[in-house]
Amino acid sequence: MSILVDENTRLLVQGITGREGAFHAAQMQAYGTNVVAGVTPGKGGQTALEGTVPVFDTVRDAVAATGANTTVIYVPPAGAPDAILEAVGAGIATVFCITEHIPVHDMLKVVAVVEGAGARLIGPNCPGATSPGKAKVGIIPGSIHRPGRVGLVSRSGTLTYEVVQAMTDAGIGQSTCVGIGGDPVAGSTFIDILTLFSNDPDTEGIVLIGEIGGGAEEAAAAWRLEHLPEVPMVSFIAGRTAPPGRRMGHAGAIISASGGTAGSKIAALDAANIRVAETPAQIPELLKQAGVRPS
Amino acid sequence: MKLQEYHAKSLLAAGGLPVPPWSVASTPEEARTQTQGYLDAGADRVVIKAQVLVGGRGKAGGVKLASSADEAVTVAGQILGMQIKDITVRRVLVGPAADIVRELYLAAVLDRAARRVLFMGSAQGGVEIEQLAVSDPGAIRTLHAHPHLGLLDYQARLLAFDLGLNEHLKAAVGVAKGLYKVMLDNDADLVEINPLAIVRERASDGAVTESLQCLDAKITIDDSALPRHPELEAMRDVDEEDPVDVEARRQGLSFIRLDGNIGCMVNGAGLAMATMDLVKRAGGEPANFLDIGGGARADKVAAALRLIVSDPSVRAVLVNIFGGIARGDEVAHGLIEAYSQQERHVPMVVRIVGTNADLAAEILRESGGDIETAASLDEAVEKTVRIAKGAPAPA
Repeated sequence: MSILVDENTRLLVQGITGREGAFHAAQMQAYGTNVVAGVTPGKGGQTALEGTVPVFDTVRDAVAATGANTTVIYVPPAGAPDAILEAVGAGIATVFCITEHIPVHDMLKVVAVVEGAGARLIGPNCPGATSPGKAKVGIIPGSIHRPGRVGLVSRSGTLTYEVVQAMTDAGIGQSTCVGIGGDPVAGSTFIDILTLFSNDPDTEGIVLIGEIGGGAEEAAAAWRLEHLPEVPMVSFIAGRTAPPGRRMGHAGAIISASGGTAGSKIAALDAANIRVAETPAQIPELLKQAGVRPS
Repeated sequence: MKLQEYHAKSLLAAGGLPVPPWSVASTPEEARTQTQGYLDAGADRVVIKAQVLVGGRGKAGGVKLASSADEAVTVAGQILGMQIKDITVRRVLVGPAADIVRELYLAAVLDRAARRVLFMGSAQGGVEIEQLAVSDPGAIRTLHAHPHLGLLDYQARLLAFDLGLNEHLKAAVGVAKGLYKVMLDNDADLVEINPLAIVRERASDGAVTESLQCLDAKITIDDSALPRHPELEAMRDVDEEDPVDVEARRQGLSFIRLDGNIGCMVNGAGLAMATMDLVKRAGGEPANFLDIGGGARADKVAAALRLIVSDPSVRAVLVNIFGGIARGDEVAHGLIEAYSQQERHVPMVVRIVGTNADLAAEILRESGGDIETAASLDEAVEKTVRIAKGAPAPA
């Protein structure tokens, strides 16, 4: 099994006629994801991906015509909050938002609506999710994956690819890899994704990739102690050398006077029996030491 | 983006909050004229405050009082041009000195975990709230505003009563609600009034009144929202920024200068941080954080390399690209182009994996420059650290 995306995913791509949307829609389709529809307001009636995918004006029409149950958003920041709300309003249960640089006050409002509707938002500013061999949604390169039984959740993009590649090279496959994004306010937290993994019988180990800023890693460590103490878990935290008070690329990656240091996160993870790797390349070995078998 | 105090005060005033009069002077003579105006209007003294974005200006001698126009010239002359944490003071704020009865603290910040705006108030003002949170957390009153409903009237009253502002209830409610409005209107992720104060005023007939005033303010704007606030972008203080930061922003690069000698160019913020961490772990010192972002076209790569090499302490450059959206050959072309245009040739170690990595390796091999390649991140880090340690000191 896997979480969030699989062979039952019927994917809508919002912004499918844009440069990013078109490129990644093709990549997702090539990986085997069932891309059923695209939405670009004003371009309803056209097709995308060489005539294989119908384009609709609205998410409502796309859902009615194709039964889309998941959406991925490649819409510029000024329109992305509205795209998320349109998807949730049309009854889509799982929304991935790839867009970076959405103002945080917009996200506060959007997240409150998403929560109220009972939908699930992953992102924004996230790379999406892949369940190897089944489906990929987002921008993670498909080639780095190997099907298996380790779940991965991360606040980063390319750092995730680095870790996944190292796991695949070492023969450790993945059940699902999820990027929750690098923004300070996100739709899904580490704990949301860990909860999904804890209910997935085929996820036998978990990798958590964190970084400086906020307290999400500490919260995840505390949650693991209480709810998931037996599952082997390994982590990597980026930003041990980051200076305080500076935003390290991601809007959320900043050490503030009230916390968010790598040291605090590593201590919390250690205390929760989660081994923290010093380099991404150490992760496969630490997983094996924690009892994960290659798959 | 942090705002200077005088900009923050203008936003508070625009939001209807009570802010005592102020003006900005960039010469001692301007300070003299302004001071005379306040004294003529009935002020006993003026306060002259350095306008810099770094903290600790009071301790550094950047905040002083003056009782006459002549004294204001002297004091402003001392503060203007002063260095506070390597920042040269170019402007001072001048305003009538407040007769403070009591100092309080009120702020609205982004609470990431709760995904709400958090109000923090304390009856102990003029303090570092982070220190107070450790020494006496009970002294801080907190509550969350709802993203759609905002700060409700009863919440504003709760804050007012808990801060002991019973006698200024209406004004306090106005300040709390105004604070939220200022935060929203300007897409701020922090609005801090410290101190908020009860100030005593003596009218010309001798009658004494007390009122609530915002005496100092800190505002931080959400960088992601700046494109829809050109009026706030115009408040950016470029004088206080490293010229490298200004150039990086112009190029759309996420760049932070550090103290070491190994330049780093990486795609993706998390991987860029991890690369710095690995350099340090291998005994090297990173000279910068640099995320060239997704896509990474050749011209952007070239601009990034120029920025890195413009730092004379850089002795080696580590390029770590995990191609996904970014194409390896595109990155390699950008590197070669920039390398060939450089006046100062710094050795480079390049690790490119993912999309078109083979093509990239070929392009780099044929370039004939002082460019080494590496297959893994660990190998690339080790090679770069070795080169940086062995390289001769820059001329």
